[in-house]
Amino acid sequence: MSSSIERTPAAAGTDRRTFLQRVALTGVALGPGGAFLASCATGGNGDDTDDEATEAPTGDVSEENPLGIPTDQPIEVYIFDGGFGDEYATELHQPIFHERWPDIQIDHHAAVDIAGELQARFVAGDPPDFINNSGDGQMDPGQLISDGLLADLTPLFDAPSWDDPEVKVRDTLLPGTIESGTQNGKPYVLNYAFTVFGLWFNQTLMDENGWPVPTTWQEMMDVCADIAATGIAPWVYQGVTAPRYMNWPLLSMATKLAGPEILVPIDNLEPGAWGHEAIKESAAAIRSLRENNYFLPGVEGMEFRDAQGLWARGEAVFCPSGSWLENEEADAIAENPTFQLAMMPDPLLSEDSVMPLETVRATAGEPYVVPADAKNPLGGMEYMRAMLSMEGARGFTERVTSLTSVAGSSEGVQIEAPGLASAQAALEAAGDNVINWFYPNWYKTMENPGIDQATGALLRAELTVDQWVEQCEAAATQIREDDSIVKQTREG
Amino acid sequence: MNMRHGKYPFILAFLLPPVGIYAIYMLSPYVQAIYISMTDWSGLTAAQTFIGFDNYVEMWNDDQLRKALWNNLILVLVVPVLTLLLGLFFASMLNVGGRSRGGAVTGVRGSSIYKIVYFFPQVLSVAIIGIVFKYVFAPENAGGILNRVFGAIGLDGLQRLWLAEPNYLIWIIVLVMTWSFVGFYVVLFSAAMQSIPRDIYEAALLDGSSRLTTFRKITVPLVWDTVQVGWVYMAIQAMDGFATVHIMLGINGGVEGAGDVLGVAMYREAFAESDFGYAAAIGVLTLVLALAVAMVFMRGLRRERVELA
Repeated sequence: MSSSIERTPAAAGTDRRTFLQRVALTGVALGPGGAFLASCATGGNGDDTDDEATEAPTGDVSEENPLGIPTDQPIEVYIFDGGFGDEYATELHQPIFHERWPDIQIDHHAAVDIAGELQARFVAGDPPDFINNSGDGQMDPGQLISDGLLADLTPLFDAPSWDDPEVKVRDTLLPGTIESGTQNGKPYVLNYAFTVFGLWFNQTLMDENGWPVPTTWQEMMDVCADIAATGIAPWVYQGVTAPRYMNWPLLSMATKLAGPEILVPIDNLEPGAWGHEAIKESAAAIRSLRENNYFLPGVEGMEFRDAQGLWARGEAVFCPSGSWLENEEADAIAENPTFQLAMMPDPLLSEDSVMPLETVRATAGEPYVVPADAKNPLGGMEYMRAMLSMEGARGFTERVTSLTSVAGSSEGVQIEAPGLASAQAALEAAGDNVINWFYPNWYKTMENPGIDQATGALLRAELTVDQWVEQCEAAATQIREDDSIVKQTREG
Repeated sequence: MNMRHGKYPFILAFLLPPVGIYAIYMLSPYVQAIYISMTDWSGLTAAQTFIGFDNYVEMWNDDQLRKALWNNLILVLVVPVLTLLLGLFFASMLNVGGRSRGGAVTGVRGSSIYKIVYFFPQVLSVAIIGIVFKYVFAPENAGGILNRVFGAIGLDGLQRLWLAEPNYLIWIIVLVMTWSFVGFYVVLFSAAMQSIPRDIYEAALLDGSSRLTTFRKITVPLVWDTVQVGWVYMAIQAMDGFATVHIMLGINGGVEGAGDVLGVAMYREAFAESDFGYAAAIGVLTLVLALAVAMVFMRGLRRERVELA
């Protein structure tokens, strides 16, 4: 694959034609079908990629219409119909949009399998104007960007916000939101929901037994010993499906110990990044959970939903996850009305850690994009601007029990879900000490299967910490040395 | 003479539409797949960049693909053998295996019930089979049926975390596929055995032939044609294994990717890694292998035909 980065789309067509001619000449398995092959099938042309931007309709830029959208053109919207459903779009965001733009018709679609419905339209150069590119059928955002299929959202972020013309959209967002959707220095993805990561624990069990919420790893080990003595499992993780979830406490604890700088070389794929002493210390701590038999028996052979379900039913106390967990396990949680869950920040490995206990990993998620070849890309961006209004964001939090990337939008919102409320409190307590790492978004296959398999083996204690570091390094090396993958870098 | 002259346009007029449809919907996708396998197409863009045989070179150096290939080899060799042996055995027991009662050649007692029971797996979709068996092999506390059975009969020593153990994965797949295929072949072989004249069996019985001998010397040779068809068909099914593996073990082929097969590798490259070019190259490899397997099996199994008439 070494030659593949030197893309020459214009030449591609000729190559294909030459190839097909040759095949037709030699008559390999082609027979009478050859003639129309060149015209159908793989027959897209490379030459219609750049002219869309100039064709895109515009309107007059004014204070009312800062993006200069055409005020009479429809916009086609695709919402992923998953955990959030699509009513938040039809009953909340679209009415907000309509109030300002009564003449713009919204062609709304909900889809469970986004790629299944839209991949062919991307190939045909006829994608919709706004896509909630999420779920199992998500189209790889990195690939969409490197193929030049997404619109640069800079105009949106530079535009005045929906509520206040004095404040730009980019200044209404939580820190890290725009970066989380940025590649090659340009923002292509709007990540709207805000996820807080940490350890989710069974508050009911902790209270009943008088177990303290551990703040250091030593306290964690003491509590685990107490929990294990009662016959309850101290920890679960996402089993055979996603052992990588355990990387989250692993990397968070290492970062608290040594500071956020250690994440930069990991994201930048620098050799030796995974061998940092803090990461090794953290990995050893995580591995000691297995050495002490603190995991739910059999968890390494379980589906993640089974493992989380057993946790929600009180068979284990700690579970690493993000703030979606409460929604995901809503059924199991509802079985027992006394069950309370809460989130805690990952404990400190040492008293003299560089970052405070309150540090949390949090990031904007739930991606929304505007395709570059859309008929009305500005319309799609205007829709985003409406979503990012205070009313749109606050309503989203109320409706789907998720925080949003709009700063302050959950203030005053009475969050009834105890787990999310604790996550919101943890995020507030963290202040500026919010960390995140980007490599799983940038290089999907490095995280899974790469690091995922290494961590799975570490959790089964089949690898020593040093061997685990070696495997993580190998996963990073594989990405680093694959010329066909466009590399990302971060500064700090 | 005139008749003969007008014959070809007439035939052509009838043949062109089906041949045309076949060419568009069958041949052209093959050819396109071969072309795509020589590009770095992501599956998202309108244009593809031609990169020659780079994908095939990459395939040669891909350890995970080797693993998948090896697993497919196990499937192709083991699943058909197991299924055929079991299918023939069950079918002959159902049709001719019973103790002779009053000189008639019949199946074992209760064969009409068994016939239906054996066919059950065939009416279940692969998705259901995959999910059910995921829970057969799950840990005991997550509802694992097999481990519970072992626990209940005191064989705790045999309890394993089946799906967490890389070495077991492909054999679990072998077992599940065999289980789901056997029913169909029991019915297929039953039909073939029904067409064997009863008097041949009666003659064998009169000569004092044992059931095993009857099976080896009479039943098997007389249904060999059907066995051969079933063998090839099953080998091609086993080349696939996509749905079973994907549902039971996930898109990476389970722990350490140890249960990976070519079909899943192809799907993963195309839809998880947005590398349709490489996926198409795996597809071409699968096509070549399927053709090769079919040819080897057809040749290796050629036997003299027994004329019954």
